[in-house]
Amino acid sequence: MEKPGKPAMPANATGVGDRPRKRTFLDKHQIIERNASLLLVGSLLVVSIGGIVEIAPLFYLENTIEEVEGMRPYSPLELTGREIYVREGCYTCHSQMIRPMRDEVERYGHYSLAAESMYDHPHQWGSKRTGPDLARVGGRYSDAWHVDHLKDPQSVVPESIMPPYAYLADTMITAEYTQDLVKAHAAVGVPYTDEMIENAAADFIAQADPFSDWDDLVERYPGAQVRNFDDAPGISEMDALVAYLQMLGTLVDFSTFTPVASR
Amino acid sequence: MSNDTKHNDADVGTTGHEWDGIEELNNPMPRWWVWCFYLTIIWGIGYAIAYPAWPLINGATKGLLGYSTRAEVARDIARVDAANADLVDRLTTVDLTTIRDDAELHGFAVNAGASIFAANCSQCHGRGAAGVQAGGYPNLLDDAWLWGGEIEDIAFTVTHGIRNEQSPDSRYSQMPAFGKDGLLMDDEIESLAHFVLSLSGRDHDADLASEGAPLFMDNCAACHGDAGEGMIEIGAPNLSDAIWLYGGSFDDITTSIHNARFGVMPAWAEEFRAAGGLTPAEVNAVAAYVHQLGSTQ
Repeated sequence: MEKPGKPAMPANATGVGDRPRKRTFLDKHQIIERNASLLLVGSLLVVSIGGIVEIAPLFYLENTIEEVEGMRPYSPLELTGREIYVREGCYTCHSQMIRPMRDEVERYGHYSLAAESMYDHPHQWGSKRTGPDLARVGGRYSDAWHVDHLKDPQSVVPESIMPPYAYLADTMITAEYTQDLVKAHAAVGVPYTDEMIENAAADFIAQADPFSDWDDLVERYPGAQVRNFDDAPGISEMDALVAYLQMLGTLVDFSTFTPVASR
Repeated sequence: MSNDTKHNDADVGTTGHEWDGIEELNNPMPRWWVWCFYLTIIWGIGYAIAYPAWPLINGATKGLLGYSTRAEVARDIARVDAANADLVDRLTTVDLTTIRDDAELHGFAVNAGASIFAANCSQCHGRGAAGVQAGGYPNLLDDAWLWGGEIEDIAFTVTHGIRNEQSPDSRYSQMPAFGKDGLLMDDEIESLAHFVLSLSGRDHDADLASEGAPLFMDNCAACHGDAGEGMIEIGAPNLSDAIWLYGGSFDDITTSIHNARFGVMPAWAEEFRAAGGLTPAEVNAVAAYVHQLGSTQ
């Protein structure tokens, strides 16, 4: 009755209730259950198929990232500010992802597009909002507000529980590693041109000084805001972070953008 | 090994596994569990047919229901817009100076304005619109207005903001940094500060104040007025009242004269913002809200 090579079904095994036990196709899973290596291989196979079906199409589907006007790589100063944002763990309390729901759109503005974080390595979407979403915080408040708020959040928003980051204003940064930073992002796929990499340090310094010769900077990074962001001498981490915050979500002009509803 | 293993489920039998006399009963899964398991499989297949699911060459399958997150949010917004269309139309075209005569529209505007204020303005002006004392973020509850407290002035300020790069029509005034730029000596600034203190009747050194009076006439009166009453047309604050945007102590005033102040407010109208700007109706709503908070003008 039993084929050779198969584990023997115990003679007293029964089916559900008092019906006699029948061998069915489903009993074949005993082969997997009793062979740990086979179970491991089988599990990996199932997980891989799931992964391939979900992830692989993102690399070739044309509609994964729609093309929008205005997106450009971060300028060196903004990119440095972004590094500080990541270093300080801002993403643990602030998301950068306006979800497509009416309440979010009414509060924060147009929902985020995939293209708007296409140069983010790593992305800062986040899923936890102890503080508000920052995807479109650029231009919402004055530089002075950002500086006041980062130094002592409760001075402007008494009900806030955000910790202070006053040391950013006292920590000066040089352009020593700016080019390396831009190169690193170029290496992971951000389309920085040779010209951008070559001028990284100069652009870094120019953006924080309104009296500098910043024409080339703005040509390379259209829409880059040139100011002394913290209104204090020198380039501090505060300058870089505020420069980054003030450009968030401002690159795509949504008055000229019509979303394709089917996406 | 004992052979006297007893269990009440003799019918079930064992799997044949045996460890030190411990045997494993071969109970089937409960039926309710098995049926739930099969139902999830059927549900999964149904879901994949009804909703966008499988990635193909040019895009994912659309699903029979044609669901799209973007379409849904657009529909949601359109539904609310349609419900408010009449009020929003009236709010867009209303003559703000007479909005109070229309109780229904004014009520709608104030309520809408309150939530717009909470989302966009409260970070600087405070949840209750009291600003930040001596911090440079104006209190909107008092009746002191840098750029005018009539409802249309407020709407203009909201639309274009103050000293920003977004709107070419943003309100703009720039006080010289008298100390930093070397226009006045430190001792001159000191006497000038005492004169400014005297304008609002604060404690001051009368001798120094009288020295400061001609300096005030020469350097400050053109904008702040001979009596320091300010000039709304150019955003020069009133120096003769007890309201001080950057603090009214001797030190605060000295700092203001030395460095000047340069408060910035963003332009909020949608034409000056990439996304998330206010429509004309929303500007009017927030102006109506702010106006009823503290303006008698």
